[in-house]
Amino acid sequence: MILDLRVPLGLMFTLVGLILTVFGITTNGDTALYARSLGINANLWWGIVLLAFGLTMLLLGRRGQQRLKNAPPEPAEEGHQQRGH
Amino acid sequence: MLNLTRVDWLIMLLYFVFVLGIGFALKRSMKTSKDFFQAGRALPAWICGLAFISANLGAQEVIGMGASGAKYGLETAHFYGIGAIPAMIFVGIFMMPFYYGSKARSVPEFLRMRFDEKTRALNACSFAVMTVFSSGISMYAMARLIQALHVFDGLFRALGLAPEGIFTFSIVLSAAIVLLYIFLGGLTSAIYNEVLQFFLIIAGFLPLVLLGLRNIGGWSGLKASVPMAYMHEWKGVAHASTNPMGIEIIGLGMGLGFVLGSGYWCTDFLVIQTAMASKNMESARRVPLIAAIPKMVFPFLVILPGLLAIGLPTPHTTTTVRNVNGVIYHDTTVVSPQVEQGRGLVPAKINPVTGKPMLTASGQPLLDYDMATPNMLLHFFPTGILGLGLTALLASFMSGMAGNVTAFNTVFTYDLYQSYIHKGASDKHYMAVGRWATVGGILLSIATAYAAINFNNIMDTLQLVFSFVNAPLFATFLLGMFWKRATGHGAFAGLVSGTVAAMLHHGLTLPIEAHTGIHGGWIAVIHHYPSDMAQNFWGAIFAFTTNFIVAVVVSLATKPRPEAELVGLVHSLTPKPERAHIAWWKRPEALAAAVLVGAITVNIFFY
Repeated sequence: MILDLRVPLGLMFTLVGLILTVFGITTNGDTALYARSLGINANLWWGIVLLAFGLTMLLLGRRGQQRLKNAPPEPAEEGHQQRGH
Repeated sequence: MLNLTRVDWLIMLLYFVFVLGIGFALKRSMKTSKDFFQAGRALPAWICGLAFISANLGAQEVIGMGASGAKYGLETAHFYGIGAIPAMIFVGIFMMPFYYGSKARSVPEFLRMRFDEKTRALNACSFAVMTVFSSGISMYAMARLIQALHVFDGLFRALGLAPEGIFTFSIVLSAAIVLLYIFLGGLTSAIYNEVLQFFLIIAGFLPLVLLGLRNIGGWSGLKASVPMAYMHEWKGVAHASTNPMGIEIIGLGMGLGFVLGSGYWCTDFLVIQTAMASKNMESARRVPLIAAIPKMVFPFLVILPGLLAIGLPTPHTTTTVRNVNGVIYHDTTVVSPQVEQGRGLVPAKINPVTGKPMLTASGQPLLDYDMATPNMLLHFFPTGILGLGLTALLASFMSGMAGNVTAFNTVFTYDLYQSYIHKGASDKHYMAVGRWATVGGILLSIATAYAAINFNNIMDTLQLVFSFVNAPLFATFLLGMFWKRATGHGAFAGLVSGTVAAMLHHGLTLPIEAHTGIHGGWIAVIHHYPSDMAQNFWGAIFAFTTNFIVAVVVSLATKPRPEAELVGLVHSLTPKPERAHIAWWKRPEALAAAVLVGAITVNIFFY
């Protein structure tokens, strides 16, 4: 494995979270827009949740990626001959 | 009318960029065919676990479970509680040691190791055909939904294109994206994107459920707005007439739990391939168990939107009168008859010729349940988060397709091409074949999607044929892994006769209120079932039993294989792995027990 999945995953959700949060802030108080979501600024709140999730994943992923780089490749399971690498 | 703004498009575009980006990032690590087809057998368990359930979270699942929630209520959760979770525990604890330990590269290859060449050939051919058709059906369903939701209408108008092109555009776009990322990164790419999609589904559907519940007045509000029977998973299940699905406990437990659920989760290479890609035996066994944890809470995400859609008030054409400084205004909100005749947010089906709602035999409007979940998205999400919801929907369609495509290219390359067409070529050659099989598989899927437009019944017919082929499968694996006496001739004869039994059962029975033909009874009607679900479950039971009995009888009559050849393939002949170094709570068995307790708790909660 050369790419810790949490890096792109975290990055994507950070960006989606950012977009929604910023859009939520700029449209805050727009009652016509948020009538559908029962008057709740769904973009702002959900954007913040996704932003937090994305950043956490990004942090964990970067740490994992660092470990992948430093540590020697994981030993193959006993009795298995690791092929192809 | 759907109005997407720039924010929605930005989110959708972002997702596409990441999906393709992952493919490109993984391209340089695709050095051997093992990297391409088996993800190098090097992925951590949690990634494979989430991909394990995501591979199944395709369109049929997300839209279908919402539809089923609207139609049958919480009883739909049986597909999870009885259908999926016990099977996932079983495959992880008991079957994975043989799939993973045998070093088979695919499920058909395992059948060759355990039984013989003809059993493998039969399974590989039917599986390859089914995956191509399934991904075509998935593509068709997506393009239809995109049309119905008018997702690309604005884009097409802005570009001055005819709206008739939307169907083709949707199909070509999704096919091109899936093709590109699998072509580049193989199974790893498919698995990574399935995990991405898993989180997107949660991100898109959780706020939907929360808003829906808030609108309806919480759990108690939901209870008050739908019929009693809809809120219970188990109550009324003892007899067919007292529950919405019309199926009694024996058919449900045996048919769904033992035959259909296990047949899918324990033998379908579409999901098994993700577990076989993990880095060692302990991880491989943990994969289905990890997958079972989110599976327990998924009823909340995919079934509840459908149930909420039924429970919410039906929109009607209303006129409000306002008096502003002596001037009287009449505000009229016009609702189409399609919506007005529906129930809650589930619209009625419209006859395209007359433009009037279609009626059932008893004069009620026929409801278009498939629109339950999509309509919830449109109803509650303002622009911005709406883009996220639609992206989640698109992602689920594409990853369902991707799982089929990677399963197809592996089975085609290893089990058909390498075995029967061109043996002993270089590894590079097989990898190239795998890449081109991906292209070929996707082209065939596109052809299927177009065939579905021209032949109305093709989707139902295909799914019916798949059910004939799949229903008996689990018996073959069960005998193969746990009975050393089972022989190749027995397995082959069992599979064939099980499929024939499923066909005969379908040809001889009919659900009540259905016409003979695609719904059954095309030979003669000798039995009526209370619902198509009951017919389906009982058909599976017949197919399984026939396969089991025929396989046992033929096995006993034929020469068994020497036991030395079956080590690592059959339970009683495989030495227990040395695991003293793993603390008891880290073992897959401990996780399995925890999952089981959790699943029982959820079932009690929904009683």
